[in-house]
Amino acid sequence: MTATAEASTPAGEVPSFEVTLRIRRMNPEGTSEHGEGEEYWEEFKVQAHATDRVLDALHMVKWDQDGSLAFRRSCAHGVCGSDAMRINARNRLACKTLLKDLNPAKPIIIEPIKGLPVEKDLIVDMEPFFASYREIMPFLMTDGPAPERERLQSPEERQRFDDTTKCIMCAACTTSCPVFWTDGQYFGPQAIVGAHRFIFDSRDEGQWERLEILNDKAGVWKCRTAFNCTEACPRGIEVTKAISEVKKVLNTGEI
Amino acid sequence: MTAPDLTTPRERIRSGRMRRQAERWSWMFMRFSGAILILLIFTHLFVNLITGDGVSQIDFAFVAGKWADWWWQWADFLMLVLAMLHGGNGMRLLINDYAHRKTTRTVLMGVLGVAVAVVIVLGSLVIWTFDPCPVDADPSLLPSFCATVAA
Repeated sequence: MTATAEASTPAGEVPSFEVTLRIRRMNPEGTSEHGEGEEYWEEFKVQAHATDRVLDALHMVKWDQDGSLAFRRSCAHGVCGSDAMRINARNRLACKTLLKDLNPAKPIIIEPIKGLPVEKDLIVDMEPFFASYREIMPFLMTDGPAPERERLQSPEERQRFDDTTKCIMCAACTTSCPVFWTDGQYFGPQAIVGAHRFIFDSRDEGQWERLEILNDKAGVWKCRTAFNCTEACPRGIEVTKAISEVKKVLNTGEI
Repeated sequence: MTAPDLTTPRERIRSGRMRRQAERWSWMFMRFSGAILILLIFTHLFVNLITGDGVSQIDFAFVAGKWADWWWQWADFLMLVLAMLHGGNGMRLLINDYAHRKTTRTVLMGVLGVAVAVVIVLGSLVIWTFDPCPVDADPSLLPSFCATVAA
């Protein structure tokens, strides 16, 4: 079979293009060129297809070019919430962002999510984020003896908090919040979403304990309705709306 | 080889729950004072700049005329107090967000408190003690209508 010089891509073939990744890096042990803990930018070029996501490009870098590049990912399909990162100045999941949607003509800027301490490259210490979540007591709280059978709930009662059950705890919302960046005390949007899921659950009886915690100085009143969290959420949760609903309950005293 | 100390996070300082509803009242105050301020400020701008001769009508006599009316005294007093408290509370929130060292916070909060208090006290003093024609003043410094008032 003779090869033909064809400029156009044959039918059915996915077009490929070269894309530059500009990655914010940090190695706590230092490299030959960079000191311990020094933050710097590094560019990589990869050949990608229109069907490739940012995560695929990161894999190409890690597997073929620089094995020291560190980032988290697990399921790679937008469910586990491990690979939230700041891509072109917006928090997204690397596994849900197609390269072709990001203008591949320009370098794609990839940074770790902001407001949490960087451990290495794109990996941050999630502990402060989880600590906030633990503080709102994200588990069923009930009084009295456990019933013989399931705790029943009508579809309408379930609908009340359906939106906030979608959270995958990727931290994209909390680390997009300008108050969280500067404040150091604020619970952050995710913890409030987590609390919302239980406060509006008809089966739960610990609402007022959680509301009391969120009524704190570092609680819902720190929210300035910047809407960054709603924009960042890869699950499409209306985060700011959930926070406002918690505020409303605190103001009216009615759930 | 040891890893360097991680820079953040700052330690989470819980406020304690001593003043439990304080932040809620602060939030409520911002909503209500904001709504009232919008009304007051636009009324102020409308009366001063659009009705009558517009901007050219504003002089000493115009202000004196307004403050001869108790309604305008109260409107301006309310606008002064609400604007200072609303703005002051907003600045307090910013200081809470950005000033992490205890001394910085104390100093900034002190400066803010003093600034708010001084402006409110001086402003109210002017509004409530304003007299366009003081009795013992030099007549050349007084507006023209004082002669008719005195007569």
